[in-house]
Amino acid sequence: MAMTMTQKILAAHAGLEKVEAGQLIEARLDLVLGNDITAPVAIREFAKIGAAGVFDKAKIALVPDHFTPNKDIKAAEQCKAMREFAHAMGIVNYFEVGEMGIEHALIPEKGLVLPGELVIGADSHTCTYGAVGAFSTGVGSTDMAAAMATGTAWFKVPKAIRFELSGSPRGWATGKDLILHIIGLIGVDGALYESMEFAGAGVAALTMDERFTIANMAIEAGAKNGIFPVDDRTRAWAAEVAKRVPAAKRPYVEFASDADASYERTISVDLSRLEPTVSFPHLPSNARAISAVGDVSLDQVVIGSCTNGRIEDLRVAASILGGRKVAKGMRCIVFPATQAIYLQALREGLVEALVEAGALVSTPTCGPCLGGHMGILAKGERALATTNRNFVGRMGSPESEVYLASPAVAAASAITGRISDPTEIIAAPSRA
Amino acid sequence: MEAKGKAFAYGDNVDTDVIIPARYLNTIDPAELASHCMEDIDASFAASVRTGDFIVAGRNFGCGSSREHAPIAIKASGVACVVASSFARIFYRNAINTGLPILELAGAESFAKKGDEIRADLKTGLVENLTTGAKAQAMGFPPFMREIMGAGGLIGYVRGRLAAGARL
Ligand code: SF4
Repeated sequence: MAMTMTQKILAAHAGLEKVEAGQLIEARLDLVLGNDITAPVAIREFAKIGAAGVFDKAKIALVPDHFTPNKDIKAAEQCKAMREFAHAMGIVNYFEVGEMGIEHALIPEKGLVLPGELVIGADSHTCTYGAVGAFSTGVGSTDMAAAMATGTAWFKVPKAIRFELSGSPRGWATGKDLILHIIGLIGVDGALYESMEFAGAGVAALTMDERFTIANMAIEAGAKNGIFPVDDRTRAWAAEVAKRVPAAKRPYVEFASDADASYERTISVDLSRLEPTVSFPHLPSNARAISAVGDVSLDQVVIGSCTNGRIEDLRVAASILGGRKVAKGMRCIVFPATQAIYLQALREGLVEALVEAGALVSTPTCGPCLGGHMGILAKGERALATTNRNFVGRMGSPESEVYLASPAVAAASAITGRISDPTEIIAAPSRA
Repeated sequence: MEAKGKAFAYGDNVDTDVIIPARYLNTIDPAELASHCMEDIDASFAASVRTGDFIVAGRNFGCGSSREHAPIAIKASGVACVVASSFARIFYRNAINTGLPILELAGAESFAKKGDEIRADLKTGLVENLTTGAKAQAMGFPPFMREIMGAGGLIGYVRGRLAAGARL
Protein backbone atom coordinates (compact mmCIF):
# COMPACT_ATOMS: atom_id res chain seq x y z
CA MET A 1 0.00 0.00 0.00
CA ALA A 2 1.25 3.47 -0.85
CA MET A 3 2.49 5.64 2.03
CA THR A 4 3.31 9.29 2.65
CA MET A 5 6.86 10.13 3.77
CA THR A 6 5.60 10.66 7.33
CA GLN A 7 4.05 7.19 7.32
CA LYS A 8 7.28 5.68 5.97
CA ILE A 9 9.37 7.25 8.72
CA LEU A 10 6.95 5.97 11.37
CA ALA A 11 6.88 2.48 9.83
CA ALA A 12 10.67 2.30 9.69
CA HIS A 13 10.96 3.29 13.35
CA ALA A 14 8.27 0.82 14.40
CA GLY A 15 10.00 -2.03 12.57
CA LEU A 16 6.99 -2.45 10.30
CA GLU A 17 6.84 -2.99 6.58
CA LYS A 18 3.91 -0.65 6.29
CA VAL A 19 1.49 1.38 8.35
CA GLU A 20 -1.83 3.00 7.55
CA ALA A 21 -3.59 6.11 8.77
CA GLY A 22 -5.24 5.62 12.15
CA GLN A 23 -3.01 2.70 13.15
CA LEU A 24 -1.47 2.85 16.62
CA ILE A 25 2.20 1.96 16.73
CA GLU A 26 5.12 1.98 19.12
CA ALA A 27 8.23 3.53 17.56
CA ARG A 28 11.90 3.94 18.34
CA LEU A 29 13.07 7.51 18.91
CA ASP A 30 16.20 9.21 17.64
CA LEU A 31 15.91 12.17 20.01
CA VAL A 32 13.87 13.20 23.06
CA LEU A 33 13.74 16.92 23.83
CA GLY A 34 12.69 18.99 26.82
CA ASN A 35 13.03 22.56 28.06
CA ASP A 36 13.15 24.39 31.38
CA ILE A 37 9.33 24.37 31.69
CA THR A 38 8.47 20.82 30.65
CA ALA A 39 11.58 18.85 31.63
CA PRO A 40 11.24 19.43 35.41
CA VAL A 41 7.76 17.81 35.33
CA ALA A 42 9.08 14.97 33.17
CA ILE A 43 12.02 14.46 35.54
CA ARG A 44 9.59 14.06 38.45
CA GLU A 45 7.61 11.45 36.47
CA PHE A 46 10.83 9.77 35.35
CA ALA A 47 11.76 9.22 39.01
CA LYS A 48 8.49 7.30 39.52
CA ILE A 49 9.46 4.84 36.80
CA GLY A 50 12.48 3.69 38.79
CA ALA A 51 14.72 3.29 35.73
CA ALA A 52 18.43 2.97 36.47
CA GLY A 53 19.24 5.55 33.83
CA VAL A 54 18.16 7.09 30.56
CA PHE A 55 17.91 4.97 27.42
CA ASP A 56 20.74 6.77 25.64
CA LYS A 57 22.79 9.66 27.03
CA ALA A 58 23.39 11.05 23.55
CA LYS A 59 19.76 10.97 22.43
CA ILE A 60 18.23 13.31 24.96
CA ALA A 61 18.48 17.07 24.64
CA LEU A 62 17.73 19.45 27.49
CA VAL A 63 17.61 23.13 26.64
CA PRO A 64 17.00 25.91 29.16
CA ASP A 65 15.50 28.54 26.87
CA HIS A 66 12.12 29.76 28.09
CA PHE A 67 13.00 31.72 31.21
CA THR A 68 16.76 31.97 30.75
CA PRO A 69 19.00 33.68 31.66
CA ASN A 70 17.02 32.79 34.80
CA LYS A 71 14.38 35.48 35.11
CA ASP A 72 13.49 34.86 38.75
CA ILE A 73 13.99 32.42 41.62
CA LYS A 74 11.34 29.97 40.43
CA ALA A 75 12.92 29.85 36.97
CA ALA A 76 16.34 29.38 38.55
CA GLU A 77 15.03 26.39 40.55
CA GLN A 78 13.56 24.82 37.41
CA CYS A 79 16.82 25.21 35.52
CA LYS A 80 18.76 23.86 38.48
CA ALA A 81 16.61 20.72 38.59
CA MET A 82 17.23 20.17 34.91
CA ARG A 83 20.96 20.86 35.15
CA GLU A 84 21.36 18.44 38.07
CA PHE A 85 19.39 15.74 36.29
CA ALA A 86 21.49 16.18 33.15
CA HIS A 87 24.63 15.88 35.23
CA ALA A 88 23.43 12.85 37.22
CA MET A 89 22.35 11.02 34.07
CA GLY A 90 25.40 11.98 32.05
CA ILE A 91 23.25 13.61 29.38
CA VAL A 92 25.53 14.84 26.61
CA ASN A 93 23.22 17.41 25.04
CA TYR A 94 22.52 19.78 27.88
CA PHE A 95 23.16 23.34 26.76
CA GLU A 96 24.04 25.88 29.42
CA VAL A 97 23.52 29.60 28.91
CA GLY A 98 26.45 30.63 26.75
CA GLU A 99 26.11 27.72 24.35
CA MET A 100 22.35 27.51 24.17
CA GLY A 101 19.67 28.85 21.94
CA ILE A 102 15.94 28.48 21.48
CA GLU A 103 15.54 24.70 21.28
CA HIS A 104 13.97 24.47 17.83
CA ALA A 105 16.71 26.56 16.25
CA LEU A 106 19.43 24.88 18.32
CA ILE A 107 18.59 21.21 17.66
CA PRO A 108 19.09 21.36 13.86
CA GLU A 109 22.11 23.65 14.25
CA LYS A 110 23.80 21.12 16.57
CA GLY A 111 23.15 18.31 14.10
CA LEU A 112 20.80 16.55 16.52
CA VAL A 113 18.23 15.91 13.81
CA LEU A 114 18.79 14.69 10.26
CA PRO A 115 16.44 13.64 7.45
CA GLY A 116 14.37 10.53 8.14
CA GLU A 117 14.84 10.68 11.91
CA LEU A 118 12.09 10.61 14.53
CA VAL A 119 12.04 13.21 17.30
CA ILE A 120 9.60 13.98 20.09
CA GLY A 121 9.79 16.96 22.36
CA ALA A 122 7.81 18.19 25.32
CA ASP A 123 7.13 21.42 23.48
CA SER A 124 4.46 21.94 20.86
CA HIS A 125 6.80 23.52 18.30
CA THR A 126 8.91 20.37 18.08
CA CYS A 127 7.24 19.99 14.66
CA THR A 128 9.90 22.41 13.33
CA TYR A 129 12.28 19.65 12.16
CA GLY A 130 9.94 18.50 9.43
CA ALA A 131 11.84 21.15 7.48
CA VAL A 132 14.70 18.67 6.99
CA GLY A 133 12.47 15.71 6.12
CA ALA A 134 12.34 14.30 9.65
CA PHE A 135 9.22 13.35 11.62
CA SER A 136 8.95 15.42 14.78
CA THR A 137 6.05 16.28 17.03
CA GLY A 138 5.19 17.80 20.39
CA VAL A 139 4.06 15.67 23.35
CA GLY A 140 3.27 15.99 27.06
CA SER A 141 5.67 15.67 29.99
CA THR A 142 4.57 12.09 30.77
CA ASP A 143 5.49 11.09 27.24
CA MET A 144 8.88 12.70 27.67
CA ALA A 145 9.47 10.89 30.97
CA ALA A 146 8.65 7.48 29.53
CA ALA A 147 10.66 8.20 26.40
CA MET A 148 13.75 9.10 28.42
CA ALA A 149 13.53 5.69 30.07
CA THR A 150 12.66 3.57 27.07
CA GLY A 151 13.65 5.40 23.89
CA THR A 152 10.22 4.65 22.48
CA ALA A 153 6.85 6.35 22.19
CA TRP A 154 3.46 5.41 20.82
CA PHE A 155 1.91 7.19 17.85
CA LYS A 156 -1.28 7.19 15.90
CA VAL A 157 -0.32 7.20 12.23
CA PRO A 158 -1.66 10.44 10.70
CA LYS A 159 -3.45 11.12 7.45
CA ALA A 160 -2.02 13.93 5.41
CA ILE A 161 -2.95 17.12 3.63
CA ARG A 162 -0.78 17.88 0.62
CA PHE A 163 0.18 21.47 -0.10
CA GLU A 164 1.10 21.63 -3.74
CA LEU A 165 3.39 24.63 -4.10
CA SER A 166 4.22 26.26 -7.41
CA GLY A 167 6.11 29.38 -8.45
CA SER A 168 8.52 31.40 -6.34
CA PRO A 169 7.79 34.14 -3.78
CA ARG A 170 8.12 37.69 -5.08
CA GLY A 171 8.95 41.00 -3.51
CA TRP A 172 8.99 40.87 0.28
CA ALA A 173 6.84 37.73 0.50
CA THR A 174 8.55 34.86 2.38
CA GLY A 175 7.92 31.43 3.88
CA LYS A 176 6.37 33.14 6.92
CA ASP A 177 3.76 34.72 4.69
CA LEU A 178 3.06 31.35 3.12
CA ILE A 179 2.36 29.64 6.45
CA LEU A 180 0.25 32.54 7.77
CA HIS A 181 -1.71 32.45 4.50
CA ILE A 182 -2.23 28.68 4.77
CA ILE A 183 -3.37 28.83 8.40
CA GLY A 184 -5.76 31.59 7.35
CA LEU A 185 -7.14 29.26 4.68
CA ILE A 186 -7.64 26.11 6.75
CA GLY A 187 -8.06 27.47 10.29
CA VAL A 188 -6.44 26.61 13.62
CA ASP A 189 -7.84 23.05 13.55
CA GLY A 190 -7.73 22.68 9.78
CA ALA A 191 -5.12 19.93 9.99
CA LEU A 192 -6.13 18.33 13.34
CA TYR A 193 -4.31 14.95 13.82
CA GLU A 194 -2.93 15.28 10.32
CA SER A 195 0.38 15.68 8.65
CA MET A 196 0.91 18.82 6.56
CA GLU A 197 3.06 17.79 3.65
CA PHE A 198 4.64 20.43 1.44
CA ALA A 199 5.31 19.34 -2.11
CA GLY A 200 5.51 20.50 -5.69
CA ALA A 201 7.96 22.52 -7.78
CA GLY A 202 7.61 25.53 -5.47
CA VAL A 203 9.45 23.76 -2.62
CA ALA A 204 12.79 24.29 -4.38
CA ALA A 205 12.28 28.06 -4.14
CA LEU A 206 12.11 27.97 -0.33
CA THR A 207 15.32 28.34 1.69
CA MET A 208 16.03 26.04 4.64
CA ASP A 209 15.36 28.90 7.05
CA GLU A 210 11.97 29.43 5.42
CA ARG A 211 11.19 25.72 5.68
CA PHE A 212 11.98 25.79 9.40
CA THR A 213 9.59 28.73 9.79
CA ILE A 214 6.82 26.92 7.90
CA ALA A 215 7.17 23.54 9.64
CA ASN A 216 7.38 25.36 13.00
CA MET A 217 3.85 26.71 12.57
CA ALA A 218 2.19 23.45 11.46
CA ILE A 219 0.94 23.07 15.05
CA GLU A 220 -0.93 26.38 14.69
CA ALA A 221 -3.19 24.56 12.21
CA GLY A 222 -3.61 21.70 14.71
CA ALA A 223 -1.30 19.42 12.74
CA LYS A 224 0.70 16.58 14.19
CA ASN A 225 3.65 17.46 11.99
CA GLY A 226 4.66 19.50 8.97
CA ILE A 227 7.13 17.96 6.57
CA PHE A 228 9.21 18.82 3.50
CA PRO A 229 10.72 16.48 0.94
CA VAL A 230 14.49 16.04 1.02
CA ASP A 231 16.06 17.88 -1.91
CA ASP A 232 19.40 19.43 -2.87
CA ARG A 233 18.95 22.27 -0.40
CA THR A 234 18.37 19.77 2.41
CA ARG A 235 21.42 17.74 1.39
CA ALA A 236 23.58 20.86 1.27
CA TRP A 237 22.31 21.82 4.72
CA ALA A 238 23.10 18.36 6.12
CA ALA A 239 26.58 18.45 4.57
CA GLU A 240 27.26 21.85 6.11
CA VAL A 241 26.16 20.65 9.57
CA ALA A 242 28.29 17.51 9.25
CA LYS A 243 31.32 19.69 8.51
CA ARG A 244 30.85 21.61 11.75
CA VAL A 245 29.60 18.84 14.04
CA PRO A 246 31.37 15.46 14.06
CA ALA A 247 28.32 13.62 15.46
CA ALA A 248 26.20 14.84 12.53
CA LYS A 249 28.30 12.79 10.13
CA ARG A 250 26.02 9.81 10.82
CA PRO A 251 24.24 8.35 7.79
CA TYR A 252 20.65 9.39 7.22
CA VAL A 253 17.78 8.01 5.18
CA GLU A 254 15.79 10.00 2.65
CA PHE A 255 12.14 9.04 2.67
CA ALA A 256 9.85 10.17 -0.14
CA SER A 257 6.08 9.92 -0.43
CA ASP A 258 4.82 7.34 -2.90
CA ALA A 259 3.37 8.89 -6.06
CA ASP A 260 0.05 7.20 -5.32
CA ALA A 261 -0.01 7.93 -1.56
CA SER A 262 -3.45 9.01 -0.47
CA TYR A 263 -4.18 12.49 0.87
CA GLU A 264 -7.23 13.77 2.69
CA ARG A 265 -7.10 16.76 0.37
CA THR A 266 -4.69 18.73 -1.77
CA ILE A 267 -4.41 22.50 -1.54
CA SER A 268 -2.55 24.36 -4.27
CA VAL A 269 -0.69 27.57 -3.56
CA ASP A 270 1.05 29.70 -6.17
CA LEU A 271 3.95 31.27 -4.28
CA SER A 272 4.33 34.06 -6.82
CA ARG A 273 0.93 35.40 -5.76
CA LEU A 274 1.71 35.62 -2.05
CA GLU A 275 1.69 39.01 -0.39
CA PRO A 276 3.26 39.87 2.93
CA THR A 277 0.65 38.63 5.39
CA VAL A 278 -0.34 39.67 8.91
CA SER A 279 -2.33 37.61 11.45
CA PHE A 280 -4.58 39.76 13.57
CA PRO A 281 -5.37 39.09 17.24
CA HIS A 282 -6.15 36.61 18.74
CA LEU A 283 -5.66 33.69 16.40
CA PRO A 284 -2.93 32.86 13.88
CA SER A 285 -5.76 32.10 11.43
CA ASN A 286 -6.93 35.74 11.34
CA ALA A 287 -4.63 36.34 8.40
CA ARG A 288 -4.88 39.32 6.08
CA ALA A 289 -2.77 40.39 3.12
CA ILE A 290 -0.76 43.52 3.92
CA SER A 291 -2.84 45.52 1.45
CA ALA A 292 -5.91 44.83 3.60
CA VAL A 293 -4.39 45.69 6.97
CA GLY A 294 -5.37 49.35 7.26
CA ASP A 295 -3.99 51.71 9.88
CA VAL A 296 -2.73 49.83 12.95
CA SER A 297 -0.37 51.72 15.26
CA LEU A 298 2.10 49.79 17.39
CA ASP A 299 3.93 50.11 20.73
CA GLN A 300 6.40 47.27 20.22
CA VAL A 301 7.99 45.16 17.51
CA VAL A 302 9.59 41.81 18.33
CA ILE A 303 11.89 40.11 15.85
CA GLY A 304 13.08 36.62 16.81
CA SER A 305 11.82 33.29 18.28
CA CYS A 306 12.01 29.73 17.02
CA THR A 307 9.88 30.88 14.09
CA ASN A 308 11.93 33.79 12.78
CA GLY A 309 15.11 34.29 14.78
CA ARG A 310 17.51 32.75 12.26
CA ILE A 311 20.32 34.46 10.39
CA GLU A 312 18.28 35.16 7.24
CA ASP A 313 15.65 36.83 9.40
CA LEU A 314 18.24 39.08 11.03
CA ARG A 315 19.74 39.92 7.65
CA VAL A 316 16.35 41.04 6.37
CA ALA A 317 15.70 43.08 9.52
CA ALA A 318 19.10 44.76 9.31
CA SER A 319 18.73 45.46 5.60
CA ILE A 320 15.58 47.44 6.30
CA LEU A 321 16.50 49.02 9.64
CA GLY A 322 20.15 49.71 8.77
CA GLY A 323 20.79 53.43 8.28
CA ARG A 324 17.26 54.22 9.45
CA LYS A 325 15.70 54.82 12.85
CA VAL A 326 13.12 53.04 14.94
CA ALA A 327 10.11 55.34 15.37
CA LYS A 328 10.09 57.58 18.44
CA GLY A 329 8.14 55.86 21.22
CA MET A 330 8.46 52.43 19.61
CA ARG A 331 10.27 49.54 21.35
CA CYS A 332 12.00 47.29 18.86
CA ILE A 333 13.37 44.09 20.43
CA VAL A 334 15.47 41.67 18.41
CA PHE A 335 16.45 38.28 19.80
CA PRO A 336 18.68 35.99 17.77
CA ALA A 337 17.59 32.37 18.25
CA THR A 338 20.98 30.86 19.16
CA GLN A 339 24.45 31.93 20.26
CA ALA A 340 25.87 30.86 16.88
CA ILE A 341 23.32 33.03 15.07
CA TYR A 342 24.10 35.89 17.45
CA LEU A 343 27.81 35.56 16.73
CA GLN A 344 27.23 35.39 13.00
CA ALA A 345 25.07 38.50 13.18
CA LEU A 346 27.86 40.27 15.09
CA ARG A 347 30.44 39.27 12.49
CA GLU A 348 28.25 40.43 9.62
CA GLY A 349 27.67 43.78 11.27
CA LEU A 350 23.94 43.13 11.64
CA VAL A 351 23.92 43.74 15.38
CA GLU A 352 25.66 47.07 14.91
CA ALA A 353 23.19 48.12 12.23
CA LEU A 354 20.25 47.15 14.42
CA VAL A 355 21.56 48.86 17.56
CA GLU A 356 22.41 51.98 15.60
CA ALA A 357 18.86 52.06 14.31
CA GLY A 358 17.64 52.08 17.91
CA ALA A 359 16.68 48.42 18.29
CA LEU A 360 17.55 46.38 21.37
CA VAL A 361 19.38 43.11 20.68
CA SER A 362 18.86 40.48 23.38
CA THR A 363 20.70 37.30 24.23
CA PRO A 364 18.95 34.17 22.86
CA THR A 365 15.83 33.33 24.92
CA CYS A 366 12.16 32.60 24.37
CA GLY A 367 11.59 35.73 26.43
CA PRO A 368 8.72 37.84 25.12
CA CYS A 369 7.40 35.16 22.73
CA LEU A 370 5.46 33.47 25.52
CA GLY A 371 5.14 36.54 27.72
CA GLY A 372 7.99 35.27 29.87
CA HIS A 373 10.30 38.26 30.22
CA MET A 374 12.32 40.75 28.12
CA GLY A 375 9.44 42.68 26.60
CA ILE A 376 6.09 42.09 28.27
CA LEU A 377 3.08 44.12 27.12
CA ALA A 378 0.96 46.31 29.39
CA LYS A 379 -2.82 46.53 29.22
CA GLY A 380 -3.96 48.16 25.99
CA GLU A 381 -0.58 47.83 24.25
CA ARG A 382 -0.13 46.47 20.79
CA ALA A 383 2.81 44.54 19.35
CA LEU A 384 3.76 43.08 16.03
CA ALA A 385 5.95 40.00 16.34
CA THR A 386 7.65 37.47 14.09
CA THR A 387 6.64 34.74 16.59
CA ASN A 388 3.99 32.05 16.06
CA ARG A 389 1.11 32.64 18.49
CA ASN A 390 -1.08 35.63 19.16
CA PHE A 391 -3.53 34.13 21.65
CA VAL A 392 -5.08 36.34 24.32
CA GLY A 393 -2.35 37.37 26.76
CA ARG A 394 0.43 35.57 24.88
CA MET A 395 2.92 38.43 25.29
CA GLY A 396 1.69 39.89 28.56
CA SER A 397 -1.55 41.53 29.65
CA PRO A 398 -4.74 39.72 28.59
CA GLU A 399 -5.80 43.13 27.32
CA SER A 400 -2.84 43.52 24.99
CA GLU A 401 -2.71 42.56 21.31
CA VAL A 402 -0.21 40.65 19.20
CA TYR A 403 -0.03 40.70 15.40
CA LEU A 404 2.08 38.10 13.59
CA ALA A 405 4.18 38.82 10.50
CA SER A 406 7.53 38.32 8.77
CA PRO A 407 10.81 40.01 9.79
CA ALA A 408 10.51 42.33 6.79
CA VAL A 409 7.08 43.59 7.83
CA ALA A 410 8.29 43.81 11.44
CA ALA A 411 11.37 45.89 10.56
CA ALA A 412 9.39 48.25 8.33
CA SER A 413 6.73 48.64 11.03
CA ALA A 414 9.38 49.46 13.64
CA ILE A 415 10.44 52.40 11.47
CA THR A 416 6.95 53.77 10.78
CA GLY A 417 5.34 52.92 14.11
CA ARG A 418 2.40 51.20 12.44
CA ILE A 419 1.96 47.95 10.51
CA SER A 420 3.64 48.66 7.20
CA ASP A 421 4.38 47.10 3.86
CA PRO A 422 8.20 46.93 3.60
CA THR A 423 8.05 48.42 0.09
CA GLU A 424 7.08 51.70 1.79
CA ILE A 425 10.66 51.77 3.09
CA ILE A 426 12.69 49.98 0.46
CA ALA A 427 12.15 47.80 -2.62
CA ALA A 428 12.69 44.09 -2.12
CA PRO A 429 15.96 42.61 -3.34
CA SER A 430 15.67 39.78 -5.85
CA ARG A 431 15.74 36.30 -4.35
CA ALA A 432 18.91 34.25 -4.54
CA MET B 1 -11.50 -5.18 28.98
CA GLU B 2 -15.18 -4.45 29.08
CA ALA B 3 -16.99 -1.47 30.52
CA LYS B 4 -20.67 -0.96 31.24
CA GLY B 5 -22.49 2.05 32.63
CA LYS B 6 -24.72 5.04 31.97
CA ALA B 7 -24.01 7.74 29.38
CA PHE B 8 -23.38 11.43 30.01
CA ALA B 9 -23.88 13.06 26.61
CA TYR B 10 -22.23 16.28 25.37
CA GLY B 11 -21.71 18.06 22.05
CA ASP B 12 -18.69 19.23 20.04
CA ASN B 13 -15.53 21.00 21.25
CA VAL B 14 -15.76 20.10 24.95
CA ASP B 15 -12.59 21.95 25.98
CA THR B 16 -10.15 21.35 28.81
CA ASP B 17 -11.43 24.48 30.55
CA VAL B 18 -14.86 22.98 31.08
CA ILE B 19 -13.47 19.52 31.86
CA ILE B 20 -11.45 21.03 34.68
CA PRO B 21 -11.50 24.84 35.05
CA ALA B 22 -8.12 26.57 35.40
CA ARG B 23 -9.15 27.90 38.82
CA TYR B 24 -8.77 24.37 40.23
CA LEU B 25 -5.34 23.69 38.77
CA ASN B 26 -3.58 24.55 42.00
CA THR B 27 -3.89 20.91 42.99
CA ILE B 28 -2.86 17.65 41.41
CA ASP B 29 -4.98 15.54 43.79
CA PRO B 30 -7.15 13.36 41.50
CA ALA B 31 -10.11 13.17 43.94
CA GLU B 32 -10.22 16.93 44.35
CA LEU B 33 -9.97 17.46 40.60
CA ALA B 34 -12.79 14.94 40.10
CA SER B 35 -15.05 16.90 42.45
CA HIS B 36 -14.95 19.79 39.93
CA CYS B 37 -15.00 17.70 36.77
CA MET B 38 -17.29 19.08 34.00
CA GLU B 39 -18.52 21.70 36.48
CA ASP B 40 -18.88 24.54 33.96
CA ILE B 41 -20.83 22.50 31.43
CA ASP B 42 -22.79 20.12 33.71
CA ALA B 43 -22.97 21.14 37.37
CA SER B 44 -24.59 17.85 38.40
CA PHE B 45 -21.94 15.63 36.79
CA ALA B 46 -19.62 15.19 39.77
CA ALA B 47 -22.47 14.30 42.11
CA SER B 48 -24.27 11.90 39.78
CA VAL B 49 -21.49 10.07 37.95
CA ARG B 50 -20.92 6.46 39.06
CA THR B 51 -17.96 4.19 38.58
CA GLY B 52 -18.22 2.57 35.15
CA ASP B 53 -20.17 5.38 33.47
CA PHE B 54 -19.42 6.81 30.02
CA ILE B 55 -18.98 10.23 28.53
CA VAL B 56 -20.27 10.32 24.96
CA ALA B 57 -19.48 13.43 22.92
CA GLY B 58 -19.01 14.94 19.48
CA ARG B 59 -15.98 16.35 17.67
CA ASN B 60 -12.69 17.66 19.06
CA PHE B 61 -13.20 16.48 22.66
CA GLY B 62 -10.53 17.89 24.98
CA CYS B 63 -9.44 20.81 22.85
CA GLY B 64 -7.57 23.69 24.44
CA SER B 65 -4.63 23.46 26.79
CA SER B 66 -2.28 20.50 27.19
CA ARG B 67 -3.10 20.09 30.89
CA GLU B 68 -2.89 16.47 31.97
CA HIS B 69 -5.30 17.40 34.78
CA ALA B 70 -8.24 16.99 32.35
CA PRO B 71 -8.03 13.23 31.71
CA ILE B 72 -6.96 12.73 35.35
CA ALA B 73 -10.15 14.44 36.58
CA ILE B 74 -12.38 12.37 34.29
CA LYS B 75 -10.67 9.13 35.25
CA ALA B 76 -10.80 9.90 38.97
CA SER B 77 -14.52 10.65 38.71
CA GLY B 78 -15.04 6.99 37.80
CA VAL B 79 -15.70 7.29 34.09
CA ALA B 80 -14.81 3.98 32.42
CA CYS B 81 -14.47 5.35 28.92
CA VAL B 82 -14.97 8.49 26.84
CA VAL B 83 -16.52 7.82 23.44
CA ALA B 84 -16.29 10.76 21.02
CA SER B 85 -16.35 11.43 17.27
CA SER B 86 -12.84 12.85 17.55
CA PHE B 87 -10.37 13.97 20.20
CA ALA B 88 -8.01 16.94 20.23
CA ARG B 89 -4.55 15.56 19.60
CA ILE B 90 -2.77 16.31 22.88
CA PHE B 91 -5.81 15.28 24.96
CA TYR B 92 -5.78 11.98 23.11
CA ARG B 93 -2.15 11.33 24.10
CA ASN B 94 -2.64 12.57 27.64
CA ALA B 95 -5.72 10.35 28.12
CA ILE B 96 -3.86 7.24 27.16
CA ASN B 97 -0.75 8.20 29.10
CA THR B 98 -2.76 8.80 32.25
CA GLY B 99 -4.77 5.59 31.74
CA LEU B 100 -8.17 7.00 30.74
CA PRO B 101 -9.81 4.72 28.14
CA ILE B 102 -11.11 6.56 25.09
CA LEU B 103 -12.75 5.34 21.91
CA GLU B 104 -13.10 7.25 18.69
CA LEU B 105 -16.46 6.54 17.10
CA ALA B 106 -17.78 8.38 14.05
CA GLY B 107 -21.16 9.92 14.84
CA ALA B 108 -20.78 9.34 18.58
CA GLU B 109 -22.87 12.42 19.41
CA SER B 110 -26.01 10.76 18.06
CA PHE B 111 -25.22 7.30 19.44
CA ALA B 112 -26.46 7.84 22.98
CA LYS B 113 -28.58 10.18 25.07
CA LYS B 114 -28.03 11.02 28.68
CA GLY B 115 -28.84 8.03 30.85
CA ASP B 116 -28.64 5.35 28.13
CA GLU B 117 -26.95 2.13 29.20
CA ILE B 118 -23.68 1.60 27.30
CA ARG B 119 -21.37 -1.36 27.02
CA ALA B 120 -17.98 -1.22 25.32
CA ASP B 121 -15.27 -3.73 24.60
CA LEU B 122 -11.99 -1.82 24.60
CA LYS B 123 -10.19 -4.67 22.91
CA THR B 124 -12.42 -4.95 19.88
CA GLY B 125 -13.83 -1.42 19.96
CA LEU B 126 -17.41 -2.69 19.83
CA VAL B 127 -19.77 -0.20 21.49
CA GLU B 128 -23.38 -1.11 22.29
CA ASN B 129 -26.24 1.07 23.43
CA LEU B 130 -28.23 -1.39 25.54
CA THR B 131 -31.12 1.07 25.84
CA THR B 132 -31.65 1.55 22.11
CA GLY B 133 -30.12 -1.71 20.90
CA ALA B 134 -27.71 0.16 18.59
CA LYS B 135 -24.25 -1.29 17.96
CA ALA B 136 -21.23 0.47 16.46
CA GLN B 137 -17.63 -0.35 15.78
CA ALA B 138 -14.89 1.96 17.05
CA MET B 139 -11.21 1.21 16.57
CA GLY B 140 -10.01 -1.17 19.29
CA PHE B 141 -6.69 -0.79 21.09
CA PRO B 142 -3.71 -2.91 20.07
CA PRO B 143 -2.14 -5.03 22.85
CA PHE B 144 0.47 -2.55 24.03
CA MET B 145 -2.09 0.22 24.45
CA ARG B 146 -4.31 -2.13 26.45
CA GLU B 147 -1.28 -2.85 28.61
CA ILE B 148 -0.78 0.89 29.19
CA MET B 149 -4.42 1.16 30.27
CA GLY B 150 -4.10 -1.93 32.43
CA ALA B 151 -1.08 -0.47 34.21
CA GLY B 152 -3.00 2.72 35.00
CA GLY B 153 -1.06 4.79 32.49
CA LEU B 154 2.26 5.14 30.74
CA ILE B 155 4.42 5.54 33.86
CA GLY B 156 3.05 2.36 35.45
CA TYR B 157 3.40 0.50 32.18
CA VAL B 158 7.03 1.47 31.70
CA ARG B 159 7.85 0.76 35.35
CA GLY B 160 6.31 -2.69 35.04
CA ARG B 161 8.21 -3.54 31.91
CA LEU B 162 11.52 -2.34 33.29
CA ALA B 163 10.96 -4.34 36.48
CA ALA B 164 10.20 -7.42 34.40
CA GLY B 165 13.51 -6.91 32.63
CA ALA B 166 11.83 -6.54 29.28
CA ARG B 167 13.93 -5.16 26.48
CA LEU B 168 12.26 -1.94 25.52
S1 SF4 C 1 10.39 30.92 20.97
FE1 SF4 C 1 8.24 30.93 21.59
S2 SF4 C 1 7.22 29.34 20.44
FE2 SF4 C 1 9.44 29.00 20.27
S3 SF4 C 1 9.92 27.51 21.88
FE3 SF4 C 1 10.21 29.56 22.73
S4 SF4 C 1 8.22 30.10 23.68
FE4 SF4 C 1 7.87 28.37 22.33
